[in-house]
Amino acid sequence: MSIPKNLKYAKTHEWVRVDGNVAVVGITDHAQQELTDIVYVELPSVGAQVEATKESAVVESVKAASDIYAPVSGEIVAANEELSSAPELVNEDPYGKGWLFKVKMSDHAELDELLSPDDYSHHIGA
Amino acid sequence: MSSTEKIKRTPLYAAHLEWGAKMVAFGGWEMPVVYSSILEEHAAVRERVGLFDISHMGEVLVAGPNAEAVLNHLLTNDVRKIAVGQAQYTLLCNEQGGVIDDLIVYRIEATVYLLVINAANIEKDFSWMNAQASAAVVLENESDKTAGLALQGPNAAKLLGHEGGIVHFHIERQSVFGKECWVARTGYTGEDGFEILCGAGDVTELWSELLRRGAEFGIKPCGLGARDTLRLEMCYPLHGNEMNEETTPLEADLGKFVAFGKGDFIGRAALAEQKEKGVTRKLIAFTMTEKSPPPRTHYPIMTAGRDACATKRIGEVTSGTQSPTLGIGIGMGYVETKSAAIGSKIGIEIRGKTYAATIEKKPLLERGK
Repeated sequence: MSIPKNLKYAKTHEWVRVDGNVAVVGITDHAQQELTDIVYVELPSVGAQVEATKESAVVESVKAASDIYAPVSGEIVAANEELSSAPELVNEDPYGKGWLFKVKMSDHAELDELLSPDDYSHHIGA
Repeated sequence: MSSTEKIKRTPLYAAHLEWGAKMVAFGGWEMPVVYSSILEEHAAVRERVGLFDISHMGEVLVAGPNAEAVLNHLLTNDVRKIAVGQAQYTLLCNEQGGVIDDLIVYRIEATVYLLVINAANIEKDFSWMNAQASAAVVLENESDKTAGLALQGPNAAKLLGHEGGIVHFHIERQSVFGKECWVARTGYTGEDGFEILCGAGDVTELWSELLRRGAEFGIKPCGLGARDTLRLEMCYPLHGNEMNEETTPLEADLGKFVAFGKGDFIGRAALAEQKEKGVTRKLIAFTMTEKSPPPRTHYPIMTAGRDACATKRIGEVTSGTQSPTLGIGIGMGYVETKSAAIGSKIGIEIRGKTYAATIEKKPLLERGK
């Protein structure tokens, strides 16, 4: 189970990589293993506003649809277009090519609400 | 299932965990849904061979000189059509023609029949059969002492050493790697294969032996996830999804398993009346014709068109998935009879958006057996 040290985590199994004002968001290795076989990803449009802890995307495996919650609030500045033709990248490379969207953060303080790698590891009982 | 009922485990529970299964509750049983990947398990069955635990399914023996008459009163199909060693798909209906369960009946001796019923319905079916048996007959619920494996896929016969063996939809008593079993050439995947019923104490060894010997044939243990995608591509109905006690075999497009000519049976009057008047809704199969999220149970089926104001709801999806073989969304569902013609353009509403689909002929995947 991979939990990179340079990321922050939401209890709902999203990760965040902070890059200045922008937060790159994806789902964790644990989450992709639980979901298995991702076949469809529905992402927010560029320009849309997302709110921390609210549904902002949907990841669908063969067996179920799962809501993805925005870990931070702000404006969507990019969505991973590659997932439209290759949703399996979320399984294959959840912290890399399988990223979901980028948010221009409106409130940096929200980052403090997220879990450290150690806390996330504890959270999933790893 | 009420919370006071304890969830049941098959004798293979420990073996599933050992093989890395994710377990889920299904019909009152804790069953493996996937070991590694539904897509890989699905492909193993379509291309090579897969092994499923079907120990959760129920087995009922019906025996005695009146067995034939009792079954012909309880079930919609005509058991007189099958010879010893033959299998038949049939339905157990209530007086209103609603489907209590769907099952396979095997005639294992001249006056002995083996019924394989759905896991979630064992107690219900058994009490119904006891209450409704029209003559003296032996009814034995063998479910607890019987376990089962489904070995499915083009390599299944080679693995069992049965290439010229049991005929499709037939059953034989056979020794499988030293264990006495009922071996039927039936399944729920659309591929050639076998359903092997054995003693609960023998199944763990058979499971290991089949996986060991199956390695050279590319075998994979398969969970309920792949079982569902495989059966859905074949449009095999699942009791609880495509039918229940409020839907009839005629609505479910299973009319050919209702033998009106055999004399009276439970549900006959209601079904005959429905046949006369015509059904108002019908079970259809569809494929998505544009890129869309996978269709799922309870999604609305709409008339074709993008404009939400101009389309109307004509039915509901009963089962849906992304077809691993076809790479598109597929499903089944009920629609008003007047909208059920094959080739009709429909829409599937998914999270407020309508995506284009077409009603297709069943099955959605052609398999040569």
